[in-house]
Amino acid sequence: MTHVPSTIKISLRALRVNKMRSALTMLGIIIGVGAVITMLAVGSGASQKIAEQISSVGSNLLIVLPGATTAGGVRMGAGTQPTLTMGDAEAIQKESPAVSNVAPILSGIAQIVYGDQNWSTGVTGTTPDMLRVRDWPLSSGRPFTSEDVKSATKVCLLGQTVVDNLFGSINPVDQIVRIKRVPFKVIGVLSRKGQTPTGQDQDDTIYIPITTAQKKLFGTTFPGMVRVIMVKAKSTEDLSAAETQITELLKQRHRTGPKEENDFTVRNLTQMMQAAEQSASVMTLLLGAIASVSLVVGGIGIMNIMLVSVTERTREIGIRMAVGAKTWDIRLQFIIEALILSLIGGTVGIIIGITGSKILSMLAGWNTIVSPLSILLAFGFSALVGIFFGFYPAYKASLLNPIDALRYE
Amino acid sequence: MALIETKGIYKIYRLGDIEVQALSNISVSIEKAEFVAIMGPSGSGKTTFMNILGCLDKPTGGNYLLDGIDVSDLDRDALAGIRNKKIGFVFQVFNLLSRASALENVELPILYNGLSAKERRERAISALKAVGLEGRENHHPNQLSGGQQQRVAIARAIVNEAPIILADEPTGNLDTKTSNEIMELFVHLNRESNITVILVTHEYNIAAYSRRMIRFLDGKIIGDESVKK
Repeated sequence: MTHVPSTIKISLRALRVNKMRSALTMLGIIIGVGAVITMLAVGSGASQKIAEQISSVGSNLLIVLPGATTAGGVRMGAGTQPTLTMGDAEAIQKESPAVSNVAPILSGIAQIVYGDQNWSTGVTGTTPDMLRVRDWPLSSGRPFTSEDVKSATKVCLLGQTVVDNLFGSINPVDQIVRIKRVPFKVIGVLSRKGQTPTGQDQDDTIYIPITTAQKKLFGTTFPGMVRVIMVKAKSTEDLSAAETQITELLKQRHRTGPKEENDFTVRNLTQMMQAAEQSASVMTLLLGAIASVSLVVGGIGIMNIMLVSVTERTREIGIRMAVGAKTWDIRLQFIIEALILSLIGGTVGIIIGITGSKILSMLAGWNTIVSPLSILLAFGFSALVGIFFGFYPAYKASLLNPIDALRYE
Repeated sequence: MALIETKGIYKIYRLGDIEVQALSNISVSIEKAEFVAIMGPSGSGKTTFMNILGCLDKPTGGNYLLDGIDVSDLDRDALAGIRNKKIGFVFQVFNLLSRASALENVELPILYNGLSAKERRERAISALKAVGLEGRENHHPNQLSGGQQQRVAIARAIVNEAPIILADEPTGNLDTKTSNEIMELFVHLNRESNITVILVTHEYNIAAYSRRMIRFLDGKIIGDESVKK
């Protein structure tokens, strides 16, 4: 049995004798581990950002879009034919068990004026449920109620971007703004949500009761028309059930025959965003893989130096064999030496990787996350590299003939 | 039973197409606590014989019984184990680890047999004391004279209480006075500790310290007699 502590002591001494060489050999591992950790941090930072954006849009979302018009055989694309109504929205709420909240929407672009400031933004007519569908709390004031919707009152909720552009530092609640010259009372301000995964500013918006939008701002092709219906399913598992239930329900309500094309589309918004998240994790993996290449190169550096070391210490190996070192005693000696190189390199690499990630997020403003898993992974990987690339030189050393090794000059 | 017994061993080296018979039909028996000198000119096969006795090399044919065990067919690790327990080597060029202290050099053989660090240290210190190097435990080989380095090597050979010391030209790199001191040490170890000493040399005055002389020429034994004092 090899005495491991003394073997480690001997290895450390051997590495100390060639300080410069050991340091340069470690550098390969340091760069490799540092690169892996930094790349994984950048990747998972991006993933996290996307995940945050997804939850900011609202989770478990479905969007029901009206069908396409066909003019002389030319189909115009989803949403061009107004087919959805307030009644559809209410029916979905009542009859689809997998659905928790429904918000019909009628929106348009309008100019908003407050005092001497004006701003153009999307005005969304909707119901009080919208805030629950989008998981969107108010930062001040109160939301509008079903009563407001019923009586089409001229009240509005402002997004933060609108507030910033029209009010500056003035508290907007209870102020009067003019939307398309119609006076509206500001009753609340939406909290800040940031950008969607596709880069749209979600805070550049105004919410008003849908009936007000229908009757006083945008008008409708027919009474009760809505442009889209946003639906929140009860849970992620309920998403596809909700999709089927809504499709069946609307088919019935719109009297679509079995052979006819649907005059509406149900889209799974959450699924689309998860795809974006997935592509971010693929990117993380790719970055990590590229960085691991440098770790492998570092490992080859270790193997190279260990081979030199075995040659240089042939006589030492011979002496050890003569006094009774067995095959594995010799092998362990060199494997431990390689392991020490790679583990010290790995530790320094982790420190550099963490620092590098911090510097990157400071200088480039990237979101980076150094996860404990990635540190563990990098450390384990560098240990593996040490054992793997240390084995061949160790194996070579153990095969030396003791007589030749003792005579080696 | 003899401690060392070779029965008709021979050794053939192959250098390309040429076969060289380094040893032919060597049968020797050495008892415990003998002091044997193996003599002969270079190329006579004495070093080859020594390597086989030391379990560093295997004979091409014949049997070698060490302490009753036939070691001719053992594998590398088994031979390493036997070297560790039964044989202490002393070389002409000392063969110490230059980066290790005297103490660590002496500890080398017992590094591989599971003793605690404290036990190893104690045994190494007493072995150094036995060769007269008390107080030099932490000196490195380059801080020691040739004679002192050879004493460290002898301490290394006896630290594991091996019954046999194989010394290959142990005085070849030493001056006459130091050579005599080293030989006196071997004599002392042989007499006081009953260690079997086998010495390879080509110098008569060194071989004269032994009690039996085996002479080699061209791979054969040409003489085996007691040394008259």
